[in-house]
Amino acid sequence: MLGKLDWSAIPFDQPIPLVAGGVVLVGILAVLGWVVVKGHLPYLWHEWITSVDHKRIGVMYILLASVMLLRGGSDAIMMRIQQAVSYQSQGYLPPEHYNQIFSAHGTIMIFFVAMPFVIGLMNLVVPLQLGVRDVAFPTLNSVGFWLTATGALLVNVSLVVGEFARTGWLAFPPLSGLTYSPGVGVDYYAWSLQISGVGTLVAGINLVTTVLKLRTRGMNYLRMPMFCWTTLASNLLIVAAFPILTATLAMLLLDRYLGFHFFTNEAGGNVMMFMNLIWAWGHPEVYILVLPAFGIYSEVVSTFSGKPLFGYRSMVLATMAICVISFMVWLHHFFTMGAGPDVNAIFGIASMIIAVPTGVKIYNWLFTMYGGRIRFATPMLWSVGFMVTFIIGGLTGVLVAVPPADFMLHNSMFLVAHFHNVIIGGVLFGAFAGFEYWFPKAFGFRLDERWGKAAFWFTFTGFWITFMPLYIVGMLGMTRRMQHYDVAAWRPWMFVAAIGMAVLTIGVVCQVMQLVVSIRNREALRDRTGDPWDGRSLEWATSSPPPVFNFAFYPDVRGEDAYWEMKAKAKQQQFEHAEPEYQDIEMPRNSPTGFVCAFFATIMGFALIWHIWWMVIVGVIGAWATFVVFAWRDHDEYVIPAAEVARIDRANLEERRHLVSLAGTV
Amino acid sequence: MSDLSQHGVHEHDLAPGEEEQHSVSTRIIGYVVGLVLALLLTATSFFIAGTNLVWQPSIPIAIIVLAIAQMGVHLVFFLHITTGPDNTNNVLALAFGLLIVFLVVGGSVWIMSHLNENMPSMDQIMRMQ
Repeated sequence: MLGKLDWSAIPFDQPIPLVAGGVVLVGILAVLGWVVVKGHLPYLWHEWITSVDHKRIGVMYILLASVMLLRGGSDAIMMRIQQAVSYQSQGYLPPEHYNQIFSAHGTIMIFFVAMPFVIGLMNLVVPLQLGVRDVAFPTLNSVGFWLTATGALLVNVSLVVGEFARTGWLAFPPLSGLTYSPGVGVDYYAWSLQISGVGTLVAGINLVTTVLKLRTRGMNYLRMPMFCWTTLASNLLIVAAFPILTATLAMLLLDRYLGFHFFTNEAGGNVMMFMNLIWAWGHPEVYILVLPAFGIYSEVVSTFSGKPLFGYRSMVLATMAICVISFMVWLHHFFTMGAGPDVNAIFGIASMIIAVPTGVKIYNWLFTMYGGRIRFATPMLWSVGFMVTFIIGGLTGVLVAVPPADFMLHNSMFLVAHFHNVIIGGVLFGAFAGFEYWFPKAFGFRLDERWGKAAFWFTFTGFWITFMPLYIVGMLGMTRRMQHYDVAAWRPWMFVAAIGMAVLTIGVVCQVMQLVVSIRNREALRDRTGDPWDGRSLEWATSSPPPVFNFAFYPDVRGEDAYWEMKAKAKQQQFEHAEPEYQDIEMPRNSPTGFVCAFFATIMGFALIWHIWWMVIVGVIGAWATFVVFAWRDHDEYVIPAAEVARIDRANLEERRHLVSLAGTV
Repeated sequence: MSDLSQHGVHEHDLAPGEEEQHSVSTRIIGYVVGLVLALLLTATSFFIAGTNLVWQPSIPIAIIVLAIAQMGVHLVFFLHITTGPDNTNNVLALAFGLLIVFLVVGGSVWIMSHLNENMPSMDQIMRMQ
């Protein structure tokens, strides 16, 4: 009846996951209870859960990423403490639990923090920057988000029901095969990634189509803001690379469920093929994450330096070059597997070449700042912090791209330090910069600068204190994923890293405090202009938060930095242009398709993990039926009457005019 | 988003399968020509595989050539990938897709063959001894 599921699945004998799971459960129930008691449920359902508005979906993506960041961060804290105390002892985490923690940490941080964070920012900002009213496929967008949430949910369920994979974040066979991982951990891993992978692919298709097909008048390719270009490149990579992940995990699942022999040791299987395929996805994946971050830095650096982006065209070229070259370097993740000198040399050289366009970008940002009037607001701090940090991470990357050096450093803590250096310093700093930068646009009030700056400085110093020691222990020969060790020389460095982790944690607390304080002071921090940073691209041309239709009119773009030019022109004419003729606007109707689909996908995923076959059938049929119902819908748009559009737009224009006239008198 | 295309910016950009402005008869002729070519190429492949009329070692290459021609016929006559300006995105997408497939498949074959050469499997080693 319930497959492999019984009471032994719940780890009553392990206090840490049980307590953690209990706390999460109580938290969720408390929030749900509060929502129901306060009567917010209809609001939540109509305005958020069923919303197909790209801004709302973007916000939900970022919320999901933030919550999962806390979960992944807790794992990180536990690992740092374990390694600080486990010198010649077992520490406080038993090996099988420690292995689950590092696997969950990697999986969560990549798939459920970094991915939803950047996809959320792209969703929120790209249609606004392109000057259009929504993404290409609004309902599909909602489906993509909810499927990602399903994946995150399944990973968290594994905390209490059953176990998570103990195989590391990429679940290499034969360890992840049935022989060595007979439990449900790898199944949790694989199914949550399969389901959220569909969500990511859908988001990628949606955003590529949006950038290619939906641009406002005059917004040709070479007038698009940099963030739109990096979005295009990143989503092209998603569309090209995620099917590889899906296929590879599908083969692993066939091995595990139906006795196939793709990646087994016996019967002609080849474990190295898994390594090869997973990294053919895995390397483009890191560029999927970092390219949007590069776009965010471009926007932020240009805005806060008060200058157009230096070398816009070289930036576009560098972005697209990275997009293609990122598919030619994947072997550098397994130089040591034995492909020999020819193969290693070619891939080593390609890996070094891909650093060139990245270097071009760094110089472009520096030259954008050069001679500008720089305002060191929080987003700019994150950007400058990124440049310093990422250069070090990039240089150690070029170092490990040298095959002989990689033979010494492969799977050492040096590598761990390197990829945290680029992913935290590159992707996470970028996500935070984008969060600080576009928060006023999404919610209509700015974030508190004092707490923001405190968060930056603690996170920045915390990062350096945590990860520089890992480079050193890596050189001293420490390998990654060690539950305990007996080398005295490593110990002081592990202490330093643990202290750094504490500083990082203060940074996270500051970030939470910033949010709390800002929400409390939101009236004082209110952004009435829609343009709090003196921005340059079209998202600042509309109010904060934007109306559901974003723009009453499709803006007419005449060059790069579209909004900057409009502002200059408007100031000349003192906003004295004729009242435009407002028209009705058609917008897509909200739809529960995404949520219902994900509900059934969750059932299906859970049932597959536990081999509850009747429930699998229920899940599949439910998800399919949801799709059929959606496909046969009659009305998918509603009309916002011209009078309503006029009312909203006039209020916005009035506010702006008022502020300009105030500024004029001062 | 229908009113965006009314502004006349992107109307010259067709999705794959979207029909250009042709009369029904022209379109039918297009499909018939495609069908005939496809059938011809298929028949030729089957014929070549079993015949003695051509030099034997050339048969695999001939079949590969016919297969590629078959793909071309499908792309042009059924998926309407042409060189016209309204097809730029589709052609670029196809080129990007082909490039990635070539890189991943070609790269994998190259890597795995080197691995097999450098690290023969257990039974191969046994056989060598």
